[in-house]
Amino acid sequence: MSDPAADLLQTARALRAEVGAGLHDQLAEALYTDAAHLADRAVTRPDERPRFDLDRAIDRLVTSRTWGFPIMILLLTVVFWITIQGANVPSSLLATLLLDKVHPALKDGASALGVPWWLSGVLLDGAYLAGAWVVSVMLPPMAIFFPLFTLLEDFGYLPRVAFNLDRLFSRAGAHGKQALSMTMGFGCNAAGVVATRVIDSPRERLIAILTNNFAVCNGRWPTLIMVSTIFIGSAVPAALAGLVSAAAVVSVAVLGVLLTFAVSWFLSRTMLKGQASVFSLELPPYRPPRIWQTLYTSVIDRTLIVLWRAVTMAVPAGVVIWTISNVHVGGESVAEHLVSLLDGFGWLLGLNGVILLAYIVAIPANEIIIPTILMLTVLTARLSGVGQGAGVMFELESGNAIRDILHAGGWTTLTAINLMLFSLIHNPCSTTILTIYHETRSLKWTAVATALPLLLGFAVTFTLATAARLLGWA
Amino acid sequence: MTMTTNTLPGSACATCPMNRHLARLGVSMDSWDYVVALAGNPNTGKSTVFNALTGLRQHTGNWPGKTVARAEGGFEYGEKRYKIVDLPGTYSLLATSADEEIARDFILFGQPDVTVIVVDATRLERNLNLALQVLEITDKAVLALNLMDEARRHRLVVDERRLARDLGVPVVPMSARRGEGVGELLQMVHGVATGEIRPRPHRLASTRDAALDRVLSQLVARVEAAFPGLPNARWVALRLLDDDASIESAIRDGSLGDLSRGLQTAPVAERLALTGVAS
Repeated sequence: MSDPAADLLQTARALRAEVGAGLHDQLAEALYTDAAHLADRAVTRPDERPRFDLDRAIDRLVTSRTWGFPIMILLLTVVFWITIQGANVPSSLLATLLLDKVHPALKDGASALGVPWWLSGVLLDGAYLAGAWVVSVMLPPMAIFFPLFTLLEDFGYLPRVAFNLDRLFSRAGAHGKQALSMTMGFGCNAAGVVATRVIDSPRERLIAILTNNFAVCNGRWPTLIMVSTIFIGSAVPAALAGLVSAAAVVSVAVLGVLLTFAVSWFLSRTMLKGQASVFSLELPPYRPPRIWQTLYTSVIDRTLIVLWRAVTMAVPAGVVIWTISNVHVGGESVAEHLVSLLDGFGWLLGLNGVILLAYIVAIPANEIIIPTILMLTVLTARLSGVGQGAGVMFELESGNAIRDILHAGGWTTLTAINLMLFSLIHNPCSTTILTIYHETRSLKWTAVATALPLLLGFAVTFTLATAARLLGWA
Repeated sequence: MTMTTNTLPGSACATCPMNRHLARLGVSMDSWDYVVALAGNPNTGKSTVFNALTGLRQHTGNWPGKTVARAEGGFEYGEKRYKIVDLPGTYSLLATSADEEIARDFILFGQPDVTVIVVDATRLERNLNLALQVLEITDKAVLALNLMDEARRHRLVVDERRLARDLGVPVVPMSARRGEGVGELLQMVHGVATGEIRPRPHRLASTRDAALDRVLSQLVARVEAAFPGLPNARWVALRLLDDDASIESAIRDGSLGDLSRGLQTAPVAERLALTGVAS
């Protein structure tokens, strides 16, 4: 007796030959016919078409060939302008509270209780300060940016962005739905990588995974906003500062989109050859956003979750930073050894050893780059009057203090611009790398996804630094 | 024909008895009486329905493709505990992409006690396409006619009674984001899960091709012989004729055989484990 399963499959194969190749289309057609018939019986449409269809009118404007992209850039700029303008005051209030008031109080309390110096160092100067820094740097911009972005999302604008980008993606040999996973990446690259599941073709899905990192994520927005506010905004008259800093952040985000196209184009002509497949994208109706619910969900879902993740990553990183700053080998701390080791390469890239070390320490989360850089800068520049010892994040009196410290660390406008570029173009965070491995189940593609943006980042910053130096700008 | 959105008493009524029975449990529950699957096209408000039922505040976005993995939650109604699984939104169940495969495998192998098909009332034709495919796989379904507020805004009138008669499954008009119709949906889900309501869903009529119909009935007989008790032999036969690789492998590795051996009566946890849902 033969295996009934194998038997059945054989019968099916034989019968399939009888039916012919048109079956799939026949079935699809039968489904469509039935669906159309049923819907027709159940739905009564209004007799007269409304004279003015608002949805169509908005669509014609925001997806128009002429106005689509300018409107997109304008909307993004407005969102960042509001974020930058609104975040300044609460940020410095939080910093004053957590760093200037609470931290010394904790230190005093610890010494009154006779806590050994190394323990209060690790806990208060390392873990607490790193966490406090993350909260004061990240909370205000996120609390403003996420609700605004979520309102745009609820209104139905994101699919229109995807629609506008679709043509460019197919020209780059990629799938139009990559626009959706990329948009998701603007929130979180790990989520963006998971979102590529909507793409049917494995080739196009890999392209979408490998390039998702070029969508600036939650963790990187605060870095860009802060660096741009301090260095770019301050280089122009005060009245324009907010607008110019917002424009700089938008430029980096737009550059990321352009890089997505360029790298997708490159991949689809080299490692991942093939034709772009077609698909249909549904433009959902515009829906008036529910303001309060949006505020609630974006505060709970995004702001607090991202903040919590940042704090849980920052606390151990703070411990690491304090430890490498206080363990001395041959008269210098481990951190100083590492920074001077990386300084030469950092200089070539228009960055410095501190920034590179910060990117190594902060692999688990992009969110803690700025706090890490500040801690390490204070240490290596051996600033007097700030902080109470090695690896201690300092107290600051105003937003200008950050600039003063970075200037003391040898920062120039070139450093700031290259940091913004490197923030856009470097390896994904470890969470995203892990997600890429889960989604591709391939060490090779995970390695490519990690190394490709890193090498590209080195190339871009090196080129810009060299050009700036040759032209005498820096 | 009239605009019928509140045909059942008690819609959008937070203090009605049915809503008081609804103990919102979030995901904290560890045993279930029934499993409910939530299927539907992208951007029909599935996640909003999910949140309305579970009390979870999963972020919902106005764009297709937001939910690509499965979200899970639970609720209690009529003294029964329900586990609810939000499937990725898809336009079809032909399993050409990962999200379609996740949705289809869950409905096929997870054998949910009820599948709630969320459809956009303003785009009924396109949405019924998926609904009909779901009804080919399972009998136990409820159609949630969501976004009725949008339909009203566009001055569309949807006759849900006729639709329910035509489809052979309960149809609940609702606006999940305003909380309208949630109570009625729960009633219907409860009814189907407990067997008080026995849907007799619309199945694709003959394919209008005599030769195909003859081949199909031949193969259906073979499928039924190989897997007695399979709830959707006709659908499996059609998939086989359509050269569906994942169904072929389900036959080869015996997972389809498990279905026919009465897994329907297996404990919920066992059925969930089969499709990889942590229990």
